[in-house]
This record gives sequence, C-alpha cells and structure tokens, in this order.
Amino acid sequence: MRYIVLLIALLTPISGSAQEWEDRRLFGASDQISLTILSSTDTSFFAPIIDDFIASNPNTSVEYLVTGTADLERTFRAAPDRFDVVISSAMDLQLKLTNDGFAAPILAEDHPEWAQWHDRLFAFTSEPAAIVINRRTLGDLPIPQSRQDLIELLRGHPDRFQGRVGTYDVRQSGLGYLFATQDARASETYWRLMEVMGRVGAKLYCCSGQMIDDLRQGKLVVAYNVLGSYARKQAETSGDLLVILPSDFPITMMRTVLVSENAANPRRAESFVRHLLTVQAAGDPKVFPLPPLVGDYDNEAQRNINLDPALMTYLDQMKREAFVREWENAIVQDE
Amino acid sequence: MTADVIVSGSLRNRLAFILTGGAALLAVILYVAVRLLAAQVAQQGQDNILNASMSSVLDTALIRDGRVTVDFPYSSLSMLNTAADDRVFYAIYEGENLLSGYDWLILPRDVLSERTHFGTTTFRGDPLRVATGSRVLIGSDGPRTVSVSIAQTQDALSDTLYSSSRSVAFLGLGFFLMSSALALWAASTTSGQMRRLATSVTRRGPQDLSPVTKPVPSEMAPLVGSLNTFMSRLDHTLSQSEDFIAEAAHRIRTPLATVRSHAEATLQRVDRTENRKSLQAMVRAIDESSRAAGQLLDHAMVTFRAENLEVSEVDLADLLDELVLSMTPVAEMKDITITMTLDRPATLQGDAILLQNALRNLIDNALKYAPAETDVIVRVSKSPSLSVSISDGGQGFAVDEIETLPGRFVRGKNMGNKVGSGLGLTIAQEVAIAHGGKMTLSNRKEGGACVTLSF
Repeated sequence: MRYIVLLIALLTPISGSAQEWEDRRLFGASDQISLTILSSTDTSFFAPIIDDFIASNPNTSVEYLVTGTADLERTFRAAPDRFDVVISSAMDLQLKLTNDGFAAPILAEDHPEWAQWHDRLFAFTSEPAAIVINRRTLGDLPIPQSRQDLIELLRGHPDRFQGRVGTYDVRQSGLGYLFATQDARASETYWRLMEVMGRVGAKLYCCSGQMIDDLRQGKLVVAYNVLGSYARKQAETSGDLLVILPSDFPITMMRTVLVSENAANPRRAESFVRHLLTVQAAGDPKVFPLPPLVGDYDNEAQRNINLDPALMTYLDQMKREAFVREWENAIVQDE
Repeated sequence: MTADVIVSGSLRNRLAFILTGGAALLAVILYVAVRLLAAQVAQQGQDNILNASMSSVLDTALIRDGRVTVDFPYSSLSMLNTAADDRVFYAIYEGENLLSGYDWLILPRDVLSERTHFGTTTFRGDPLRVATGSRVLIGSDGPRTVSVSIAQTQDALSDTLYSSSRSVAFLGLGFFLMSSALALWAASTTSGQMRRLATSVTRRGPQDLSPVTKPVPSEMAPLVGSLNTFMSRLDHTLSQSEDFIAEAAHRIRTPLATVRSHAEATLQRVDRTENRKSLQAMVRAIDESSRAAGQLLDHAMVTFRAENLEVSEVDLADLLDELVLSMTPVAEMKDITITMTLDRPATLQGDAILLQNALRNLIDNALKYAPAETDVIVRVSKSPSLSVSISDGGQGFAVDEIETLPGRFVRGKNMGNKVGSGLGLTIAQEVAIAHGGKMTLSNRKEGGACVTLSF
C-alpha cells in the first residue's frame, strides 16, 4: 500500500507534493521503489555509488532525495518510516537522531571505531571547511592562508569586499551551524571574523552549492566555511576558484549515514550502507567521488569532529538561541 | 575377612564430598559477592560521571535579563562518551517548566534537596541511569529553582559487568577446581592411613597377636589402642588356656602312670579270666588316656613354639635316623619293618624339637595302623621341594575324611580299636604350617595311607 501511495506521489508533479526537494532522482529499471535515500549530498556525488550498488543488486531501484541538512532532519523526524537511508553532513543532527532512537543497528566490524557511533551511525567521508576565493575578482590582493589573514584582508579593504563576501546562514543550514559552533568552540577568531564579515555586508547562504555558484560568477570574492569537497569539484572546471584550508585549524566534518529504525526495506538499506562503507574503504574515485575517511592528518591542528554525545550540546534549545543571537549580533547589521 | 563387615558409606567419599561441596558453595558465594561488588563499583563510576556532568550543567545556570539561562559547556556531554557509545539524554527545568532538553525525562518529585538524586528509568525498553540535581537562583522577583537531569544508557556498564563477571566466574571455577583437587588429595591421604593399618593387620600370620607398633595419626590412636589391648587380651587368654591344658595333661599323666603300674601288678596276681579281662581293658583305657594327655601336651607345646620358632639348621635325615632307631623296638614287636629312603643331606631352617615331634607322631601313627609283617616307608626327597613322606600298608584313609582328618580330636573311621587321641595329624600339620610348608594326605595305589610334609 505504501508503495502505491509513494508511486502516486512520485508520478504527480513535484509542485503537487507537500515536500519541495532540491533534487530527486530515480535509479534502476524497476518500477517499484525498493530503497529510499534521504540525503543532503548533491546527486552527482552519489550517482556512481548508487549505480554501482544497483549493478551488484539488480532488480533494485533507488529513489534519491536531496534537501538541506536542517530540513532533512525535520523531514525525517516527522516521517521516519518513509525513508530507508539517511545521509547528512550535519553530524550533530545525525547523532541526535541516532541518540533519540531513529537509527537501526548494523554490524560493521571492519569500519574504524572512531568513525561509527552506537553501531548505528557511520561516517564515510572526511571533508574540511574551506575558504574559497575567486582569484579573478580578488585581483592583486594577497591570498589569505588563515582566518587571521582573512580578517586583516577584509579590514584593510572594506570597499573591495562590500557585499561580496559569503558564508552559511547558520539559522537555515544545519551544516553551517555545525561549522560555526565548532569554529567558535575552537577559537575566539571566529567571532571577530563574523563581525568583520558583518561590517562588509556578508551574504548568507543556505547551501554550499549556491555559494560556489555565486563565487564562480564573480558575485562573491571570498566565501568562508564552504565545503571543500564541493568547491574542489567546481575548481576543476573553473580555473578562477581557489580552495584554501585555513592553516590555523581546518574544521573537518565527516558525512554520516544511518538506516531508519522504521525503514520499509531494512535489509536492502543495510546492504546499501555496507556497500557504501565498502566502496569508501576501496577508495576508487570513479565509484566513490567523495573524499574518503582520513583518521590522521599531517597538519596536527586538523582533526575530525568527534562523533560523540557532546555534538548535541549546541543543539540544546537555549544554547542554540544564545548562539544564533550572538551570531546575528555579529553578522546581521543591516536590519 | 571384610566380607561379613557391614559397610555404611566411605570416610574418604564423605570427606571428599564435604570438602568439594564446601568448595563449590564458597566458589558460588565468591562469584555472587564479587559480582555484586563489581556491579556496585561500576554503578558508582557511572553515577560519579553523571553527577559531574549534571553539576557542570547546573553550574552554568544564571538569571540574565530576568530569564534563566543555562549555557553549559561542551565538556558536560563529552565527558559522558563511553566505549559502548552510550546514549545521553538531559532535561533542564525551571520549577515545573521545561527550559530545554527532552520533555519525557520527568523530574523526580523529591529532588528539591542539596544532594544529587540517582534513579533508574527506561526509554523505549533501554534502561537509563538518571542523575538529578537542583539549584536555587535568587532573581529580582524572588528565588527560582533550576533542576537538571542527565540520563545515560547502561551499555558500557553492562559490558564492564559482563567482562568482570566472566573473569570472576573463571576465578571461582579455578578456586573450585583447586579446592577439589586438594580435597580429594586430603581425603585419599587420610583414608590411606587407615588402609595401611588395615593392610598391616591383614598381612599378619594367623597366630600373630603382637601389638601394632607402627606410628599412627592421633585420631586413629584410640582405635589402634583398643585393637592392641584386645589382641593382647586374646593372646593372654589363648596362652592361659594352652597352659591350662598342658598343666592338666601333665597332672593327669603321672597319676595315670601310677594307676597303670598298679593295674599291671594286679594283673600278675589275678587268675580269673573275667578279672584279667577287665584289668586288661583298664590298662588299655589308661594307655589311651595317657597317650591323649601326652598328645595334648605335645599340641600345647607345638602351639606355643609355632609362634616363637627356635630356628636352627636341621638335617631331616639325621633326625629321622634317630627317630627310627628309637622306634625300631616297637616296630619289631609288631613285626613291622621300617624302610628308609633318605636323600642326604636334607637340611632346612627349622625348629628341631617341633619337627621331631611332628615326625614322631606320623611314624607312630603309621606303626599303629600298619598290619603285622608289612613295611612302613619313610622317604625324604629334595625335588621338587624338600618333603618327607611316611606311608604304611594299612587300610588307608577313608576318601571322604581326608579333608577333615587334620582337625583337632577328629578320628578316622578306619581306625578300628586302635588307641588314639585325634591330635597326631593336627600337630604334624601345625608344625608344617609354622615352617611355611603344608601337609598332604593321600592313599597309595597299592593300598595304605601316605602323609607327606612338604616345606
């Protein structure tokens, strides 16, 4: 019955459905959806992984739904039985979902202990937050290598950057909020940077994709806390983009996957997660175009955000309100 | 000998059972006690961390702009990270109103005290340990109570408990096995003492009534003491009765000899046939009595000496020479020839007096039962073992009596009117046994009895 409803929902135009997806794609030849993946990752990154999965599991068809991290968490929490697999870059939200009992256990003993939590939440990428610059629009100004460099650059040339600086809107983006809170936790520099960015009228984005688009088109000179993986992919096609990992401390996020406790296809969902972890470990960029897991970095300051209950700290209502208020005070100055 | 003892249980088994049973009980008690202790310690550990986490949250509570804010640090929750990835829940209340956290985590009613309240609840079937504390903030509008509950699942705790339980179970099992081995060893050593005593008593000769002189454990001393006393009493009684018999026989023999000489003298003087007959019968009876008394004496002497052999090198051939020489007159009187076939030298370690006594009784018997003008054959041979056989040409033994004849005062059916006490064969047999040999009775093919002493 659920399949039929789902099928009707899928066959009707997107505007007819209550949920607006950033992207929605069907893989596989079969008419019946046998696996529904709710993800915050652009389809282009996951298409080869899903194709590979279908190649080894014929008669499987996969529905891949993309939405922002914050929206993803809300959608899944509201209907955990509609989705089989949940993939998100917002580690804190994923961890809270797992903590609250939305994830089903999977035995994955080959997977490193630090990259899984409670046998239910599995990290499968290591992706640093980066400063991305459009070299063309930056002109002759020096390329900043750290947050401090960026602060000085913005302070020194406020007119050059007015309205041409971008970052995440932490109120809309779960990943943006995670990056911001981890940044703020690590250093006071974050607040000074936000203040400076607020002074030059920073533009706020919900997602990395739009930010990178605006950068490429020259609307932005610099974007802060952009997902390095997305930016690098764009930089391959556009020579103007320059991805810089802040030399002081790059915040590194791990993309995580979980299987819904109420999944309609638990066995297929589990085999998909196993498949995902396997191709991650194999590390063939044709099949797994995302940056693979890294445990140890050359730069000692760079560390993955730990998968532990402390991630829920900034999800606390009061703490979130206080953080957002402080953030708004720093960056939103043109109201 | 043990066949007719009524056996009820075994000391060794009882001891082993009590000791191993005790060890098993102790092992179980050890397991339960250590497990309880481990559970307590593990729970204490979790409680301490929950308390620290809860306090670190509660400490950050303050009133800002008339509102209660709680800006708890990252470490509040990160300290709750466990190897088993335990899940964490919390709730922050102001009075009865939830400020933030999980609304289903309800405050316990009796929380309004200074001390941290620990409790257990469940979330979707998983057990949760909850630490709750509260603090009163003084605002401009009066006191306001902030309460914080931190809850954690108990996966790491049960992992710890499981592994410690396993270690303790192995410990208990090892303890039990070692104690059992010790118990079995103790039981068998203890019963070994008893068995050794029993063996040493069993191995004794039938006449050995000397006390047990080997050292025994103190617990066995009363038993061995009683046994020794009993045996010495028995020994005493036996020797007393032998003495009595010997004394009695001796006392009877002398008057009998006197009576016999009087009877012989009277016989010379009496002419009437019926008187002579009765006197002859009297002399016969006296002979019989005195012979019996003599044999009783012999028997008593044999019994006594058998226990205390005076061993020396004895040549049976010489001994027989002497004996036959002394008995030849009696033989000649009955027209009997004693033929000797002696395999010289026939030496053995033995008591000459006893051997002489035994052989004399046997030759005496042979002379008694052999008809006139026959041969009594005395033969000594050294192979296969040293043996002496004495055979006659008489009627031989009744076949059905051969087994019983050596018994005391048992007399054969074929004896006719011969004088005898029924002790001759008994004496010969006892001497043979005292020398580690045996006596065999048989009938010769050509007729007549044959007694063989083999050593």
